[in-house]
Amino acid sequence: MDIFLQFDFPSILLGVFAALSCGLLGNFLVLRRQALMGDAISHVVLPGIVIGFLFSHATASWPMLLGAGGAAIVSVLLIELIRRLGNVEPGAAMGVVFTTMFAVGVVLLEQTQTAGVHLDVEHALYGNLESAIWLEAYSWRDLFNLSALSALPEDVKLLAGVSLVLIVTVLAFFKELKITSFDPLLAASLGISPQIFGLLLIVMVAVAAVAAFSAVGSILVIAMFICPAATARMLTDSLKIQLWLSSLVAVFAGVAGYLAAAFLPPMLGFDGSVSAAGMIAVVAGLLQLAAMLFAPRYGVVWRRWHLQRSS
Amino acid sequence: MHAFWQAITLQAGYNTALVCVGAAILGASAGAIGVFVLLRKRTLVSDAVSHATLPGVALAFIVGQLLFEAGRSLPLLLTGAAISAALGVLAVDAIKNHTRLNEDTAIGTVLSTFFALGMVLLTVIQSLQVSGQAGLEGFLLGATSGMLFSEAVLIAVAAGIIGAALLLRMKEFTLLCFDEQFAATSGYNVKALDRTLLILLVGIVVIGLKTVGLVLIVALAIIPPVAARFWTDRVPVLTAIAAGIGATGGYIGAAISASAPDMPTGGVIVLVLFTLFVISMLIAPARGVLAAALRHRRFQKVVHLRQGLLSLAHNEPVLEPLTARLLRRNGLLRGDGRPTPEGASLAHKTAQDQLLWNAYKQQAPEEALLMKDWSLRPIQEVLPPDVVKSLQDDLSLDSAPSANTLRSPL
Repeated sequence: MDIFLQFDFPSILLGVFAALSCGLLGNFLVLRRQALMGDAISHVVLPGIVIGFLFSHATASWPMLLGAGGAAIVSVLLIELIRRLGNVEPGAAMGVVFTTMFAVGVVLLEQTQTAGVHLDVEHALYGNLESAIWLEAYSWRDLFNLSALSALPEDVKLLAGVSLVLIVTVLAFFKELKITSFDPLLAASLGISPQIFGLLLIVMVAVAAVAAFSAVGSILVIAMFICPAATARMLTDSLKIQLWLSSLVAVFAGVAGYLAAAFLPPMLGFDGSVSAAGMIAVVAGLLQLAAMLFAPRYGVVWRRWHLQRSS
Repeated sequence: MHAFWQAITLQAGYNTALVCVGAAILGASAGAIGVFVLLRKRTLVSDAVSHATLPGVALAFIVGQLLFEAGRSLPLLLTGAAISAALGVLAVDAIKNHTRLNEDTAIGTVLSTFFALGMVLLTVIQSLQVSGQAGLEGFLLGATSGMLFSEAVLIAVAAGIIGAALLLRMKEFTLLCFDEQFAATSGYNVKALDRTLLILLVGIVVIGLKTVGLVLIVALAIIPPVAARFWTDRVPVLTAIAAGIGATGGYIGAAISASAPDMPTGGVIVLVLFTLFVISMLIAPARGVLAAALRHRRFQKVVHLRQGLLSLAHNEPVLEPLTARLLRRNGLLRGDGRPTPEGASLAHKTAQDQLLWNAYKQQAPEEALLMKDWSLRPIQEVLPPDVVKSLQDDLSLDSAPSANTLRSPL
């Protein structure tokens, strides 16, 4: 049990917090048809993260967060500039900017390798979920022991803090986020600015993407944003229930994905383990597939069955 | 720098030259296909396509390793990539058409879960402890350094074939992009055409994996068409320019990456393409920023001069500084704010011209409203002589200024 607590538990925490903070915001992205904003932001923050890393020489540090936030703001401005100056449709402008920013990040990364700094490309793409360890933990009672808790890895503490802030913000502005997502015109007539809450959402998405980045990597962040929300959307029409369901799905994917990655291969006779971050996203994807097929009322199978019965 | 010149003049060894030429052909084909993807507004589908190749590559490696002990064979890996990319496209369409989730969500889901599956398989390969797996990392971000001669030939030839196939079907694709219903009523199989375009896209993405890498290959299909859009509005020209930009980006990018250490090919090609995009955005004559600014300035001049002349004709002082400066520079206004003799006569003629324009607007308000040159150029230059004559008769002007005495102020 000690080994589980010291090596597996902190990784599970990382995965759960990453999935939870991204999954919660994903609900609003999916509703606003901005699902690919998560995709774009997780790509564009890469150069900022690399530059922040060059200053601090540590992952999960404040310079990295600042760099990523700066990169996100730069690219939002760039997208807007290209759209205005060039009369280009938003999807194409986004495509130009996010591929370019990612390319800048990749070239910078390769350059840093010559400088003998360790932050490799695989880390940026895959994340590093398994590296979290909590050596100070000896028993489950340490969960309530402040000094042991403070010895949790920096990644976990950062992500936990970010999750808490995001959850509180979503709860505090739930009504505003809901109205601006469903009916921007109504929101504006009620005196709730759709622009301000649109921007707030983008900022929160950027923060969540950056915080989750070092745990699960830049591409799997997209799965965290979209899959839990899409799964919940198949199951319900009420936004409140959708938020709860998506959080549940996110937490389940985080736990089940990690456990499957760590313990399934040995059971099947493989040596070693597979990527935990990848497995979490695969589990989230499978849950979404199941919901798309078998969800009551909206699932494909359910609808076919009803169609046959009524005809 | 020396190494770069060697690479770009194709003198840095046979392999490097072939890689550069191959990247140029790849860029040209990808840019040309990208035009139609952009016009059909399916830009971001190509992102899902490229990420969906990863599980195919990994599975093909495992299968190849188990069956033939030769997992790294490029044709095998690319076949696997093509199959899983096609599955990805079908999945996007299925989610979009059969569930309540929209296209963006479908793209994001497919992109991330396929990629995640690929990642899991890659770690499985790592734990298998077999040889030759180092090459697989190159598929993520592109690597041309260790490319075999036969691989470079394969890429160049396949990219060329895809480009040629696009040229053969260009008319049909143009029709598909602009008027799907017309294409359908003209007897074209719209669904098959759409599928063909997607197959070509999947093909070019798969071919480009080794050179540019799966994260950035989508840039080759997005940036050149968007950049070319600044130069022209005509589809054949647009396709040619996009292909040219793509080829230049691929060629220069591959040359830079071959001549300097630690320059990942994919990243460098994308940065070169972005540079070409910025240049296009600034200086392109058709829709570029600079050209638009110049056009605006010219228009401003015409309007200000005309308003100034009308003020002079009505004996009003010219107070607006830009107008006064323009009038003075053209020798129409003296320093003390009085018109010069030429200014006075031109002002008179402009006032008469304006009377005719106003009369025309009363007679035919709709046509006048649609007219871009209304009251900006002398009426004789715009309307046919008999219309002008009848307007003059209505206003009972004995003789309107003829076109050659009333010269346009600019």
